[in-house]
Amino acid sequence: MSIIENHTTNGQAFSEAPKLQARNVDVFYGDKQAIYDVSFDIGANEVIALIGPSGCGKSTFLRCLNRMNDTIDICRIEGDILLDEENIYDPKVDVVPLRARVGMVFQKPNPFPKSIYDNIAYGPRIHGLAQSRVELDEIVERSLQRAGLWNEVKDRLHSPGTGLSGGQQQRLCIARTIAVDPEVILMDEPCSALDPIATAKIEELIDELRENYTIAIVTHSMQQAARVSQRTAYFHMGQLIEVNPTDQVFTTPEHSLTEAYITGRFG
Amino acid sequence: MDMNFNQHISGQFNADLEAIRNHMMGMGGLVERQVSAAIEAICGGDTSGADDIIRREDEVDNMEVTIDHECTQILVRRQPAASDLRMVLAVSRVVRDLERIGDEACKIAIHTLEVADASNSQICQQSLRYMGAEVVKMIAGALDAFARADVEGAIEVVRNDKLVDKQYAAALRELITYMMEDPRSISQAINILWILRALERIGDHARNISEQVIYLVSGTDVRHTPLAEMEEQAQKDDSGNA
Ligand SMILES: Nc1ncnc2c1ncn2[C@@H]1O[C@H](COP(=O)(O)OP(=O)(O)OP(=O)(O)O)[C@@H](O)[C@H]1O
Ligand SMILES: [Mg+2]
Repeated sequence: MSIIENHTTNGQAFSEAPKLQARNVDVFYGDKQAIYDVSFDIGANEVIALIGPSGCGKSTFLRCLNRMNDTIDICRIEGDILLDEENIYDPKVDVVPLRARVGMVFQKPNPFPKSIYDNIAYGPRIHGLAQSRVELDEIVERSLQRAGLWNEVKDRLHSPGTGLSGGQQQRLCIARTIAVDPEVILMDEPCSALDPIATAKIEELIDELRENYTIAIVTHSMQQAARVSQRTAYFHMGQLIEVNPTDQVFTTPEHSLTEAYITGRFG
Repeated sequence: MDMNFNQHISGQFNADLEAIRNHMMGMGGLVERQVSAAIEAICGGDTSGADDIIRREDEVDNMEVTIDHECTQILVRRQPAASDLRMVLAVSRVVRDLERIGDEACKIAIHTLEVADASNSQICQQSLRYMGAEVVKMIAGALDAFARADVEGAIEVVRNDKLVDKQYAAALRELITYMMEDPRSISQAINILWILRALERIGDHARNISEQVIYLVSGTDVRHTPLAEMEEQAQKDDSGNA
């Protein structure tokens, strides 16, 4: 199978209130192209699910949204990505505050080898978000509350974050992301290492976070995409095939490739 | 595209979907025969068939339960999406209508036995014959359209339902005339009335089945959509695909 010539993304790729806009984005690793001419919007306060077969470029694309790909030497990006209409690849943009505005939660929970408290306080400290110890305490408590972890850890804030269960660690990482008050949260398969109960808690959390944040989540679970997102974007071999409201994608997808993937028909 | 999208990665999933479809068709075949036999009994006057119909009613009910269970299993185990989801939902709705058609065939058989005991069983024979033939054609047409995912065929069934409704109204007028002219025919006429009513309901169920064909193919729920709008939509879909 190869790239579809002259493809334009099917469905409703653009949003009336875009938070992030991707325009004609190409991504290369060395001379190998991983993303082909991707254009779509991520709307403010929406949860968008990015789905597609392994290797189709979901993580690559997600990492473009907060310039995480900059850390990969051979990775090169063309096209524009706008956050609130400003190009994040503009040379003037400083990536440190950018990554505070566009936070990321990874597949495997990766708490720092520090106390629960310090895991959360780390970001606010380096970004200078707290003027005093009291303020920092407040940020830590608020972030843990929002991540639904406060009650479980409030009596052991100074024990190591790595001593928590997998699901708790993932919520700790979400709390850490929230602590720097981001506008967008990117999640790359945040539940793939979690059991159904921990997964349900994270999904519940995603639903609550949507009030205040814009969320893009990469997932291999069709059910998860259907449960948490308002729109779903289907990637295939580096191309964005279709973006549509999630209920439509899972009942009447527009593109035959989307249909084939979500019904499990790829051999 | 050099891929085969007809088959799932999971062979068992293919087999499960194939099975509910086949079982539904099998049930459809049985129900169609029940209705044909009921019409044969009322028009042909051979009441021995009526007893068989009543006896086979259980078989129809069991099929509904079995197929519904199979659909539930697919939902639970496979979490089907898109056309697979629509197939499972459509099958589960269709078997409900088939079961109701079975019930109506049974009612016809029961009333046929009552009519046979009375004299003067000739009233409304033409309407019975006409409506009977029409609804059998509709059931067959709806199932056929399902098997072939044929939207035009499904719409044809919906059109025929309109004709059956008209014929039903005409037959009612005829019955009323009988009853007014000869009060002794009233109990007889009421039996016939129930049979006509059952045929009209069978037409409605065949229409429901056809609506599921449209849902299966295009994802549009046309359960409360007027015929003209359905035809328009089908034309649009058609030119969209061309
Ligand atoms: N650091 C890298 N160096 C070179 N090639 C890479 C690198 N990261 C990804 N790729 C390639 O880019 C393509 C897209 O990979 P990516 O990880 O974005 O896919 P994905 O959709 O996230 O897959 P998965 O679902 O398996 O996580 C693949 O062909 C992959 O081999
Ligand atoms: Mg990935």
